[in-house]
Amino acid sequence: MPTITMPELQFGEVFANIDLLLEACGLTLALWAVALAAGLSGGLLVGLARLSPRRWIAWPARGYVELFRNTPVLVQLIWFYYALPVVSGIQLPAFAAAALALSLNASAYCAEIYRGGIQSVAAGQWEAGRALGMGRLRLLRRIILPLAVRRMVPAFTNRAVELAKNTSVASIITVHELMYTARLFSSQNYIPMETFTVVAMIYFLLIYPFTLASYALERHFAAGRA
Amino acid sequence: MTVAGDVVLQVEDLHKSFGSTEVLKGIDLSVRRGERIAILGSSGSGKSTLLRCMNVLEMPTRGRLILDGEAVGKPAAGGATRYREAELNRLRARVGMVFQQFNLFPHMTALENVMEGPLSVLGRPKAEARRTAQRHLERVGLGGKADAHPARLSGGQQQRVAIARALAMDPEVLLFDEPTSSLDPELVGEVLGVINDLSEDGRTMLLVTHELGFAYHFATRILFLHEGRILEDGPPEQVLKSPREERTRRFLDRFTAFRF
Ligand SMILES: Nc1ncnc2c1ncn2[C@@H]1O[C@H](COP(=O)(O)OP(=O)(O)O)[C@@H](O)[C@H]1O
Ligand SMILES: [Mg+2]
Repeated sequence: MPTITMPELQFGEVFANIDLLLEACGLTLALWAVALAAGLSGGLLVGLARLSPRRWIAWPARGYVELFRNTPVLVQLIWFYYALPVVSGIQLPAFAAAALALSLNASAYCAEIYRGGIQSVAAGQWEAGRALGMGRLRLLRRIILPLAVRRMVPAFTNRAVELAKNTSVASIITVHELMYTARLFSSQNYIPMETFTVVAMIYFLLIYPFTLASYALERHFAAGRA
Repeated sequence: MTVAGDVVLQVEDLHKSFGSTEVLKGIDLSVRRGERIAILGSSGSGKSTLLRCMNVLEMPTRGRLILDGEAVGKPAAGGATRYREAELNRLRARVGMVFQQFNLFPHMTALENVMEGPLSVLGRPKAEARRTAQRHLERVGLGGKADAHPARLSGGQQQRVAIARALAMDPEVLLFDEPTSSLDPELVGEVLGVINDLSEDGRTMLLVTHELGFAYHFATRILFLHEGRILEDGPPEQVLKSPREERTRRFLDRFTAFRF
């Protein structure tokens, strides 16, 4: 256990209970993983729908994206936890409500990343694929998406990092993840400075390896195109 | 081999408009198996649009396309034709296209580019696709570049890979849209050489080009397109040396104005 010289700060107290915080990381990571996976897959569907020439597909997709991008994620969580039961009679457990709201939010952002990425692929690539007789889906899977995804990695990384921090909003609806546990701990022990500094370090340690991995992925793709 | 066989691709009263401008104003054309047709015409005369309608990369506004005696699409109101996506994909697999800008898939090696069609459109087994792709690369003189990505190839090499990619589908008709127009002059020869070698196979080819000398030697038939209509249609000797139309003559004169 590190010894802290500044007398007014009591990091020792926080580190003595570090296991509480570390255990809470499990739910933080779970929320992050679920919302990220849902965002990457749901976002693809919504992004493709946004690009559809059929208005009855494109417009609802656009409405969904705008709704979730232009309202606070905090409100979205509260809505799924407190308002959904009133409107529909379905009371989701706190974790499920948080996972659902974060997933839908992430999907909206990812949809825009997919849309931009797909549109950035040169028209000649579509033409070359079509000239071989490839159907739209096969062309997307074999040519367009592999090219687009290479350019989308930085944007997805950005979104994923943002999402990791957004999971802390789930503390508002009593999901016992890292931030909830930290708030509880700090209010019981009256050491918010120390607690939240350590919590920030924990978030950093959770997120930074992910960022490093995405840099490696970027380098890998850059090498492949040489 | 210049013997013309049966009609493989037929275009009937083809019209194409973009918005209110009519680019093709009624094209009738029968392409016989084994014919090599060079299409000449000024910029904007509709040459690319005609080729792109022949593999339906562009939807014709009006008219019919008949491949191997089978009409493509179903007639709809007002002389238009309705096309089904699956049918168009099948047609495009049989009518190959080589683009001015090559359009190779940059994330794939030369070999993978050539394998892609047989693999994902024709459903060939991977080993077989690889073998035939390698053969086609050798055919265009690039057997040693199989593992190179397009970014590492010269323009001429990229276009030869694109030709191999089109050949790998074993198309009944092969369309070339100004295949050498975006190449440095010293690279034009290698690509024209490869295209010329394809003549041996007796494959049906249509080539839009501004290389009149090549057209003269390569083609069995020359079309001159002007403002969306075929103005001249005949053997190279006749079209290039004694064109019927004043406009054709003026077009050809521009190419022969400077000589040394
Ligand atoms: N997708 C398009 N949208 C609008 N106009 C087009 C399109 N493609 C071609 N055109 C127009 O059609 C005319 C013929 O074009 P094109 O077939 O490319 O001529 P060429 O290949 O003989 O130079 C040109 O005026 C061009 O601007
Ligand atoms: Mg053109």
